[in-house]
Amino acid sequence: MTDKTIPQSGHAVPTVFTRDMLDWLPWLEPMAADQMGERHLASLVDAARVKSDYFRLLARDPDVLEARTRTDKDIFYNPDAGLPRAERELAAAATSRLNGCIYCASVHARFAATYSKRVPEVERLLAEGTGADLDARWNAIVAASVALTSTPVAFGPQHVDALRGQGLDDEAIVDVINAASFFNWANRLMLSLGEPTPAA
Amino acid sequence: MVADVIDTLADIAPGSPLDKARTRRTVARQQAQASYLSLFKPSSPGGVSALERHAVAAYVAGLHGQPQAEAFYGAGLSGAGGTVALKAAIAMAVAAGRTEGPYGAFPKGPLSVEDKAGPVYRVAAGLRAALGPRLVAAFEHTHMLVFHPRDAAAPSLQALLDAGWSTTDVVTLSQLVAFLAFQIRVVSGLRVLATKV
Repeated sequence: MTDKTIPQSGHAVPTVFTRDMLDWLPWLEPMAADQMGERHLASLVDAARVKSDYFRLLARDPDVLEARTRTDKDIFYNPDAGLPRAERELAAAATSRLNGCIYCASVHARFAATYSKRVPEVERLLAEGTGADLDARWNAIVAASVALTSTPVAFGPQHVDALRGQGLDDEAIVDVINAASFFNWANRLMLSLGEPTPAA
Repeated sequence: MVADVIDTLADIAPGSPLDKARTRRTVARQQAQASYLSLFKPSSPGGVSALERHAVAAYVAGLHGQPQAEAFYGAGLSGAGGTVALKAAIAMAVAAGRTEGPYGAFPKGPLSVEDKAGPVYRVAAGLRAALGPRLVAAFEHTHMLVFHPRDAAAPSLQALLDAGWSTTDVVTLSQLVAFLAFQIRVVSGLRVLATKV
């Protein structure tokens, strides 16, 4: 029997980038929490994610979900060396802004603002897009994220030079590459498996 | 033991400066590899065959035009039983589908001024027989995911379901394309950085 998508209608649709909390409505049926086996539950990594439609949908292929989640956490949360957390989140927010993932941008703009305490700059990125003038260092990180997000990839030696010029060492540049690249993974799942709506 | 694919495609040698930089994110490195293995050497293939996984990967690599990934996933496709006819059809689909992203439309409103037009790819009639209905639907969806993911909507998923992909198969396919968008970017970025260390 052919599976069916879930018709979503009657909900409000965000039409601007925002730091507000959003919900996400799936277009495909997530697993029912009470039908998830041990492997599916373990693939969530954080037990609380059983409440999320997004993660219960991805749990249909548990091995890749678990590996995806552990990749994500190390790129963004590992405090050892490299780029400060705020700027890894900036790369995630800039990537999401360019790809057009309003949901992902909301989450990571909140994180970028929280960790950097630079709300006006984060708001400018959301309002004006990836061409917004933030400051020299943030402009270099955003430009690198934009180049990495383009298809074909447009990242070149000039981006490395610009990041070095702002004091980023190789480990920090690897973090920029990882963070922007990872959101090219995350954005595509969020954008294509469901849609955002303002939080209830 | 399968060699780390990102290290292989980025030519990162043990003990090199980039090897050391990647070691700072050992878990991410291992789990990116675990993601690759879960998609291309799964413990159970589920509803998506090895041939389908590698055919889509060859298409995604071709759309990105990243030479090392193209060679790697092209070899993977041969290993999974891809015929000369299938490889030729994929090469033609790549040539017809190559463009520049990201483009697409935003929900109607203030962001509409940022809408960027671009092609909606449909597999040419002459390639449909060689690909078969499941891969035809998969390639059309994949092109959207690669170049204009913000145009995604429920009907694009229904087209996959109607072509015989189950809900779980669609999750696997979506992860595969999205993962490759990540892996190819890491490889591209590290290859540039390697020229500057």
